[in-house]
Amino acid sequence: MKLNGAAWKFGNDIDTDVIIPARHLNTSDPEELAKHCMEDGDPEFYQKINGGDVIVAGKNFGCGSSREHAPIAIKAAGISCVIAKSFARIFYRNAFNIGLPIFECPEAAEKIQPGDKLEVDVDSGEIVNTTKNETYQATPVPEFMQQIIAAGGLINYVSKRVKNNE
Amino acid sequence: MGMTLAEKILAANSGRDHVQPGELVNAKVDMVLGNDITAPVAIREFNKIGVDKVFNKDCIALVPDHFAPNKDIKSAEQAKVMREFAKEHNLTNYFEVGKMGIEHCLLPEQGLVAPGNVVIGADSHTCTYGAMGAFATGVGSTDLAAAMALGETWFKVPESIKFVFHGKLNPWVGGKDLILYTIGKIGVDGALYKAMEFTGPVIKELSMDGRFTMCNMAIEAGGKVGLIEPDETTLAYVKGRVKVPATFYKSDEDAQYSEVYEFDVSEIEPQVAFPHLPENTKPLSDATGVKIDQSVIGSCTNGRIEDLRLAAEVLKGNKVDPNVRCIIFPGTQEIYLQAMKEGLVEIFIKAGAAVSTPTCGPCLGGHMGILAKGERAIATTNRNFVGRMGHPESEVYLSNPAVAAASAVKGQIAKPEEVV
Repeated sequence: MKLNGAAWKFGNDIDTDVIIPARHLNTSDPEELAKHCMEDGDPEFYQKINGGDVIVAGKNFGCGSSREHAPIAIKAAGISCVIAKSFARIFYRNAFNIGLPIFECPEAAEKIQPGDKLEVDVDSGEIVNTTKNETYQATPVPEFMQQIIAAGGLINYVSKRVKNNE
Repeated sequence: MGMTLAEKILAANSGRDHVQPGELVNAKVDMVLGNDITAPVAIREFNKIGVDKVFNKDCIALVPDHFAPNKDIKSAEQAKVMREFAKEHNLTNYFEVGKMGIEHCLLPEQGLVAPGNVVIGADSHTCTYGAMGAFATGVGSTDLAAAMALGETWFKVPESIKFVFHGKLNPWVGGKDLILYTIGKIGVDGALYKAMEFTGPVIKELSMDGRFTMCNMAIEAGGKVGLIEPDETTLAYVKGRVKVPATFYKSDEDAQYSEVYEFDVSEIEPQVAFPHLPENTKPLSDATGVKIDQSVIGSCTNGRIEDLRLAAEVLKGNKVDPNVRCIIFPGTQEIYLQAMKEGLVEIFIKAGAAVSTPTCGPCLGGHMGILAKGERAIATTNRNFVGRMGHPESEVYLSNPAVAAASAVKGQIAKPEEVV
């Protein structure tokens, strides 16, 4: 599967309070959360983005709270994937569990400029910057995480296990 | 080859003799935790799995502490989802308002976590229980849902970093200062994916409350767990309290660490983390004079009885500056009651501070002390991110309870010895 969209750049240590501020956590409705996605980093973010666009960030993206509302808000806002130099641990796990593709790629995080058009191959982790004519390779996804993705998220994975009585 | 504390607990809970960093293990969980923000999402996911029962009704703790007592209709609806789930599944450890406390103060106090346990919680500060020698870490709601059904979860065995604390603590320096200092040294991703093991003569002498504070903030360095080897202090704490079997694991002499840090605490004064990251720490001497509008004392980091005693020691006979709102949050009902018995609550009220029922409220900008645009708070909480306590253009400085109390009196960041 290939994802296509323009890059929106953010810095290092983007925390979950920036991704979805706690004042909006009195709901878990994805559509509601989407409207406030990245609000404290860029108040007009949700209005400006187009479906398929990509968040590109520095190190430690998603640090802070364990709130799954963060990847849920990003996904529901129409962002197709997140590319970062590195991810905070809980966010990394949550993103796979809910089916938001994320890619660890320091080179891409460094070289991609705001607005660059990107084509991301979800399976191989190859990121093509069609604006700059550059290609970057993301760190391979651990095999176990690939199984979760293949099953369509953790709940489907667990559900299958339960049905098969494993 | 020897194993670290983290490796030993994971090995024991996944039926293995030996594990090493990087391996994936399926570990049984002894306790899983959710709150009024994360549990409703977990319950929605749990209901999709296709099981009709939770794995063990005694091993799931649900605590409405974030937006409770409910701050608005939407949060009341969320809490209701959790309450009804707890009733439907006859959960032993649902804590209603009135019995509820801040989850990471409450679970150890109620004896629901034991040394050697594996605990996951849909709250990032679940790492607090590492203070008891438990492998405890934060996860998201979907992981919580899966664990509620299966009673197990997967982990990548983390590498461990050892932090050794030597020397003699200076006056007004405690667990909060040691952890802020550590985060200042290694950065907010300095322990990313790793286990942080705190050890050395200073930790040996540190009280349980101080240990909880340290392990609580392991996540602020990106750590998976913060761990302290259980000892006589731990034993005294768990005795008569913990209802489940406890195992006191110790790291082997020849255990492997990815890094070892040695700190001389004699050089450490109280620490203050400047906006907007917990790694922006400075010695208190470089922070004094910063004007504040609010002082928040409490939270899962510093809402325990020793924290309140420290605040009271500083506030006794003093008055909160007329330009400051000082809000104090005991971590649990038991801590609140103890504070009343010791006369601490009277000291707080006479000083002009507000004392609240336990809640996470202001720490995450939920309710009970939200900052307006341009306002500044000093807080004993754990995060000072942009907008953490309210308006995106407000600021939070992190400190220990004595410094927060002294600052409330002076109207600016101040040293405890200035008012005591």
